[in-house]
Amino acid sequence: MTSLITNSAIASPTIKRRRRNPNRAAWEGQPTRSAAAMKFGILSVVVLSVLFPLYTVVLTSLSTHAESVRAGGLVTVPGELTLKAYTEILSGGIVTRATLVSVGITVVGTVLSTVLTVLAAYGLSRPNSFGHRKILFVFLITMFFGAGMIPTYLLISSLGLINSYWALILPGVSAFNVLIVRNFFMAIEPAILDAAKIDGAGDWRILGKIVLPMSRAVIAVVSLFSAVGYWNAFFNAVLYINDNAKWPLQLVLRSYVLQGVTLPGSGGPVGVDTGTVSGLPLQMAIMVLAILPILMVYPFVQKHFTKGVIFGAIKG
Amino acid sequence: MTTASVRQRSPAPDHAGSGAAKSAAPLVRHLSWQTRLKRDRSLLLMVSPTIVLLVVFCYVPMLGNIIAWQDYSPYVGFVHSPFVGWDAFVRVFNNPAFVHAVVNTLTITTFQLVFFFPIPIALALLLNSVVTPRLRTLVQSIVYLPHFFSWVLVVTLFQQIFGGAGLISQTVRQNGGSGFDLMTNPSTFLLLITGQSVWKEAGWGIIIFLAAIATVSPELYEAAAMDGAGKWRRMWHITLPAIRPVVILLLILQLGNMLSVGFEQLILQRDSVGPGVSEVIDTYVYFQGVVAGDWSFATAAGLLKGAISLVLVLGANKLAHMLGESGIYQKA
Repeated sequence: MTSLITNSAIASPTIKRRRRNPNRAAWEGQPTRSAAAMKFGILSVVVLSVLFPLYTVVLTSLSTHAESVRAGGLVTVPGELTLKAYTEILSGGIVTRATLVSVGITVVGTVLSTVLTVLAAYGLSRPNSFGHRKILFVFLITMFFGAGMIPTYLLISSLGLINSYWALILPGVSAFNVLIVRNFFMAIEPAILDAAKIDGAGDWRILGKIVLPMSRAVIAVVSLFSAVGYWNAFFNAVLYINDNAKWPLQLVLRSYVLQGVTLPGSGGPVGVDTGTVSGLPLQMAIMVLAILPILMVYPFVQKHFTKGVIFGAIKG
Repeated sequence: MTTASVRQRSPAPDHAGSGAAKSAAPLVRHLSWQTRLKRDRSLLLMVSPTIVLLVVFCYVPMLGNIIAWQDYSPYVGFVHSPFVGWDAFVRVFNNPAFVHAVVNTLTITTFQLVFFFPIPIALALLLNSVVTPRLRTLVQSIVYLPHFFSWVLVVTLFQQIFGGAGLISQTVRQNGGSGFDLMTNPSTFLLLITGQSVWKEAGWGIIIFLAAIATVSPELYEAAAMDGAGKWRRMWHITLPAIRPVVILLLILQLGNMLSVGFEQLILQRDSVGPGVSEVIDTYVYFQGVVAGDWSFATAAGLLKGAISLVLVLGANKLAHMLGESGIYQKA
């Protein structure tokens, strides 16, 4: 035991000693070589199981069709590279339109639901305000009783929202997010808000000038969650969007990649060699398109997760 | 901005009695409701759009569940459709396909409870033993990532790797073996969907355990080490007891969720693997209602599931309180 605690600088130079990790406290034992190797091995497998599929998909989307045929499917070793799959799906046509639709739904939905969430959260966060308990109860009920798929479907169709993007956007405002943001607002020192009130600031001004700037992190996280929700939503579009010219990207992904339906106007059936970039690279490019926005926003919000800001936002 | 503030949330929305509000309360109470309404009109204005949305998209469909007691026809509408009592529920109970869907649902949730649930705990313990902060953050960021992918994407990825034309099958074939297709094989379907759930959600699942582990004072470990406890003993006697409340709570919540499985995940694979193993209550409701048009029957089936789930959730919550843990909305 003592020999482990000894600093390596003091240790006899003749004994070859592994360098201590400076983050490891002195009283913690040094892991044995085999334990460290096993830990490293398991973590590598875990990390690779996430990264490797993404790597082959991206690589295949950047490869020529001939390359993917030679590989017999997904490309794992870089060969002939081209951006043709992307220029093909992004030069108009179904995939381009679906991407724009998804971006539109995500942007409008996220802005709308974030604004409404923040407003509702502030409206419910002032102590002793008029009717706030009854309103809170109205919010809480919706978290315990799901309305059910069939009545919701019948409602949307009787509102005439079938084939309307509002059917995908409006139901996305959730009571759950309101309650999360409300709790952050309630944690703000009341004296600050009281002082502003005495100085003559109204509720709108207090929200805009004091509460919002203090709650950037939680608002960032809540809006990321709603953005990811809108971007990834797939089944509500199956239910409410029958016109496939209006499909969002996830439905296009399911139809043309998962189910392997022929993508019209892309130089022949998917999976058949037509001399151009088609088939697998094209399909993989659609997949990359569906991941890309998430990969782009992820680094900006990821730090909040590791810091545990969203701790309360995790459902069981 | 602390996590503690989040945890105050309780099922009973009683916040007026806390903190500074208490001292202000006597001053406020004697105001008439008209005065308070006038004073708080901008607050009410802020809440109103969300209330309208919740009423339209949550409460109206809740009332719409009455079509379970009707012989509903979309042409007549639910105002004029005749009431027929418990007819639809009787049909649901006597329907072997519904019973089959319930059995499938319970099989899948039980299997996932056994094989999915321990993985995030193990991963959290492993990750906690990584002492280099940068390495740890890096691994964390990578394993959280799949949580943000859509089910369409995850299922497609699995198809590309494990499907008949997928990477592994191709590699096996090129090396002289015979190919296989996990995506269409009903006998391995349970493993497949559990694998998908693990890949997508296990990384994200560690957050709550890491947070629980982080609350342990390092002095406890040091004291234990001084008393001669090795790292396994420290894990057994310090780390595991620290996360025990979270583990128990999540387990109980899972029990309350027994009737819900990943609907999108299953409906995406129902075609390729067949309804025999993949039909669960939710997909059954969808196909009976939206596809086959038997609205009252499907609503009754969905309502039945919702009612039982509610009882399970409330019962689980009660159980959590009885075990001295905090309830659903005070987790961790």
